[in-house]
Amino acid sequence: MIEAVDVFNAFQDHRGDAIVTTTGRAGRHWKNISTNPNRDVALGGAMGHTASATFGLAVGLPDEKVVLFDAEGSLLMNLGVLATISGKKPKNFYHILLDNESYATTGGQPVPNAEEINYAGMAREAGYASTHEFDDLEDFVTNIGSILDETGPVFVSVKIFAEVENAPIALRVREPGRSRDETVRDLRSELGISE
Amino acid sequence: MTQEQAQILRPETLIEEFKKNGVTHIITIPDSETNYLYELMVNEPSLDIIPVSREGESMSTALGLNIAGKVPVCLIQNTGMLESGDSIRGMALNAGFPLVMVVGYRGWTRHGVTPDTAATYTEPFLHAFGINYYLVEQDEDGDRISAAFAEARETRRPVVVLVGDEYHGFNR
Repeated sequence: MIEAVDVFNAFQDHRGDAIVTTTGRAGRHWKNISTNPNRDVALGGAMGHTASATFGLAVGLPDEKVVLFDAEGSLLMNLGVLATISGKKPKNFYHILLDNESYATTGGQPVPNAEEINYAGMAREAGYASTHEFDDLEDFVTNIGSILDETGPVFVSVKIFAEVENAPIALRVREPGRSRDETVRDLRSELGISE
Repeated sequence: MTQEQAQILRPETLIEEFKKNGVTHIITIPDSETNYLYELMVNEPSLDIIPVSREGESMSTALGLNIAGKVPVCLIQNTGMLESGDSIRGMALNAGFPLVMVVGYRGWTRHGVTPDTAATYTEPFLHAFGINYYLVEQDEDGDRISAAFAEARETRRPVVVLVGDEYHGFNR
């Protein structure tokens, strides 16, 4: 198991100009680590669909490297996206799954078959160009740079510690941050895309 | 065009309307009714076809493409639209971008009797979500497709084109 924040720190060293999206509880760390927020875009908003939206972004921007930090609870709600992505074969798409084996946002209940399911295996058999699995930080740090040089679509499954939140939603403290619309506006401005 | 051709909706009419409105990507799950349209789209160089596994993916994929400056269309059946409620809510309506969804109106008839519940719930579903729609049944209705694109651009909302008779004339 790896701390999510360590995954993001290791990725940051190799990010380059990649466009980055995140989802799930662990994804919240990224905005405190990213040094290029204009290329970070929030694509949440419906259960399991950040992966599909990020895939669409990658297809629409074939000259940009696009990296998604997904969560296993989210992926399970939209598993067909593995076949969709494999079928379209976006060479610029990097799908990093942060697997904490639980719904950390809702109190830490386990996802179905949490300890036995093999997401990298599913992605491999769906047809991703390459897949990788990590549960050791040193191993991840050693390999993430070369993985990001591979031709996509690439799938990387990383076992992380759960950071469980169990307070009722109305009582949770919202961390300040940009809205989805603001991140989209900033990304378009960065890339010179008019509406 | 013969009178008989004018009384059905030719797939070529949809392709022409897509080209007229600058469509770049068709996100779709093919169904048996639209197979000829699918073949035409695959062979149309201005269109990039994105097959998805479940209809709910189409709206979120469209959002990503829209952010990238592209003009996507979702081409799905009404049964898939019913399944896509949360995606329509969160990734289309809440995102506020122009999106035309071409929806096969399975079960629709002109006879006031709709034994297929896929049709029974289609329009109430759209009313519940506050999504406007245009019914297209034959070639003469083709300009309604452009009207849908114009409305989507103006309102920055999803607009649906209901294909009431999918190219074969069976619903008459």
